[in-house]
This record gives sequence, structure tokens and C-alpha cells, in this order.
Amino acid sequence: MTRTRRVVVLDYGSGNVHSAAKAIERAGAEVAVTADRAAALEADGLVVPGVGAFKAVMDQLRAVRGDEIIDRRLAGGRPVLGICVGMQVLFEHGVEHGVDTEGLGEWPGSVTRLPAPVLPHMGWNTVTPDEGSVLFRGIEEERFYFVHSYAAQEWTLDVMPPFPTPRLTWGEYGGRFLAAVENGPLSATQFHPEKSADAGIRLLGNWLSTLG
Amino acid sequence: MTLAVRVIPCLDVAAGRVVKGVNFQNLRDAGDPVALAARYAEQGADELTFLDVTATVDDRSTTYDVVQRVAEQVFIPLTVGGGVRSNDDVARLLGHGADKIGVNSAAIARPELLAEIAERFGAQVLVLSLDVKRSDRTESGFVVTTHGGRTETDLDALDWARRAIELGAGELLVNSIDADGTKAGFDLELTALMHELARVPVIASGGAGKVSDFAPAIAAGADAVLAASVFHNGEVTVGEVKAALRADGRIVR
Repeated sequence: MTRTRRVVVLDYGSGNVHSAAKAIERAGAEVAVTADRAAALEADGLVVPGVGAFKAVMDQLRAVRGDEIIDRRLAGGRPVLGICVGMQVLFEHGVEHGVDTEGLGEWPGSVTRLPAPVLPHMGWNTVTPDEGSVLFRGIEEERFYFVHSYAAQEWTLDVMPPFPTPRLTWGEYGGRFLAAVENGPLSATQFHPEKSADAGIRLLGNWLSTLG
Repeated sequence: MTLAVRVIPCLDVAAGRVVKGVNFQNLRDAGDPVALAARYAEQGADELTFLDVTATVDDRSTTYDVVQRVAEQVFIPLTVGGGVRSNDDVARLLGHGADKIGVNSAAIARPELLAEIAERFGAQVLVLSLDVKRSDRTESGFVVTTHGGRTETDLDALDWARRAIELGAGELLVNSIDADGTKAGFDLELTALMHELARVPVIASGGAGKVSDFAPAIAAGADAVLAASVFHNGEVTVGEVKAALRADGRIVR
């Protein structure tokens, strides 16, 4: 028997926090939906959802000092999972409608519009998981639910030993983009695991298994 | 491209119940939206659409409750339409677990509503729902209607779709009033015209009567197919539709 993990879904006015919370509960964790700093710092895992424009999400995140909470957790090696725009804001920049917004800068690079004839990229798509991926263990062939027009399309972070190499999972829609990243304590998915039926619940379960 | 085409059952809800001809066997309570949503999700539905057909404000609050209860138990995307008039309505539905919001007549009355929603919540939440009818009065031969097709507007359906996309609609739900209820198949000409003009996904709706009706709509350019009664009467399952699409060479989940 492993103990029940405690997860906080950061409630900062963006994203479908309750769906995320219920899906993580279904995956087996105890979940609180809150922006309380102490709770967010102490939880075994922190989930940062996000829906809408990059700039709006950044503004809302900063308003609850979510940027500091994420920094502080990562400095202590404590797991954080970003979902959708909650993944995008982990990069240095977001460029939407010609507006360049500064992100959290946990990873270098920009989030830009996908070069596809039909946007948003909406629906169930396959991904190509990194061989060492923990998130996709046992669900490598499944489809996940995407709804977005922007994504990180390059990965430029060089990680030197002794730090583990980031595990990159790519998606394809008009071009290649990052569908998920596992980088030490910081993980993220461009798709919505909380809306990806059984495959999504299993992915969340895999993430929970990584929490200390 | 490996994006799967989507199959979307649509549920009309009023006063917290599914209405309009639900006739499943072996389902304890066919009028319970949560039970029905769970059943469709099990069959492999890619999304669910709820159309709020309530007439009163009191009934509308039960719709929020329905959305919340479904969202807590069914982990696929939910679109909710019907009676959405303001950003406050959108915020409230999203807060109760909706992922996308369908807007129809309120946008015809005040197109700026589309821009307001897209600006605050992003285009990806905004579905423009159009009830379209064939007509000699417009250049394209298709006119936008309201009140379930009973009232014709002056809007050419293709012009309205183009304008709505410019204003920020992230998806088009194109319902053919002519085909709706006929069970004679989707309006393929309308579907193809919308596909040609739209740089957003197009959902074809209206007319599905049998399993073989769905593949032609996808062939005509639809990214997704939506149907109500053909699923509710239990004669066709989502799984059977997907099998037929797969047999036609389409990628499904």
C-alpha cells in the first residue's frame, strides 16, 4: 500500500479547475482546489491548469503569486504539473496576435502559433512519447484531447549531467510541437489529461506515482 | 495529420432532465443527463454537447447543476449552448465545468458578443452555432434562421460564418434545418461550403438517421459529426458510427 498523495490544484481564476480536481481524485489522490500559499507549498504535488490567452493567464497567475509558489516548489525539488496554457507559461515567452508576453521562464523558448490550416487544434490526437517517459507508461498508443492554437515548437534547453535529461513527448499538427515535457520535478502537458477519458486518468495516475 | 474525427452526441436538457425522445432500454433512468452522458462516454463519444432548452430563469440554474454533475463524473469535453448572452453567462458555465460554449441567437442580435467572449476566454471556448436553411433570398442559397428554423434572418449563412470567425469563433456547429429530423442524412453541400470557407473546425449537424450517414459528412469536409435522436433512440451507438467511419478510411479514437 502506498500512501494517498495530497495534490493542490492552483485556483487562480483560469482553467477548468474542478474537472482537473475530480480527474486527479479519480486517479487516486486527495485534492484541494485553492490558491493558499502554504497549502500549495506543502502539497505532494501542485497542478497548474490554464485556459485562454497567455497574457491573461500570466496576469492571473501573478495576482495570486503563483509564479513565486512554482519557483519555490521547484527550488525544493517538489513536483509541479502544468496543463495546457499552464504548460505554455512555463516557457520564457508567449507570442499571441503579435503580443509578446513574458512567461515564467522555467524553460527557454517561445510559445507560438501552430502552422496549421485549421486552428484551433481541436480533438483527440496521438503523441510520440520519450522512451524514458513515466507519464506515458502503459498508454503510449492512446489518444489525448487537445484544444489550442499555440504551442512550444522547439526545445533548446541543454541539460548537463548530473541532472537528468528532460523527457520530451512530441505531437504533430501542421508541424511538430511539444505535447509534454518531464524535466525533473517539473512536468507539463499541452493536452488536457482531465478531458482525455481513461487515458488521461492513467496519465495522472502515472504522475501521482512520481510524487515523493 | 493524425487528428481523429469526432463523434458528438447532443443532449437537450430542460429543468435538469434530458428531453426530446430518449428511449434507451436497460438504462435505469434515460432522462438523467449524468447517466446518459456516462453511457455515451463509455460508447466512445469524443465530446458531449448539451443544449439548454429551458424557458425560465429558475430552470436555467438546474442546467448549471447538470453541467457540474456531468463534469465531475465524465472526463471528456463538454460544450454547453442555449441562452448564452453575456460574458457572465460564459464564466458561470465554464465555472461549472463546461469546456466550450455554444452561442447562437445572442450573437445574431449582437455580433460583438463573439469578440468579447473570445477576448476574455480565448477562441477555443467559443462555438458559433448556426441553424441554416436553404433560401432563394441569399447569394449562397443558405440563410441563417432563429427560433429553431421558424424565423429567417437577413444573414447569408456563409457571410455570417466568415464574420463570426473574424470576430473570434473557434469552431462552427452547422445545423441544417432542412435536414434536421428527416433522418435522410446530413446536408453535404452545406457542410462542404462551410469547410471551404472555415479555417476553424466544422461540426456537421442535422439529418443523421443511420450508421452510414456519418461518413459522407466527413468526406464533405466536416471535422466532427453531431447527432441527437439517432443515438437517443438506441438504434445506433457511437461505437457503431466510429466503426463505419474507420471502415471508410477515417481516423477515429
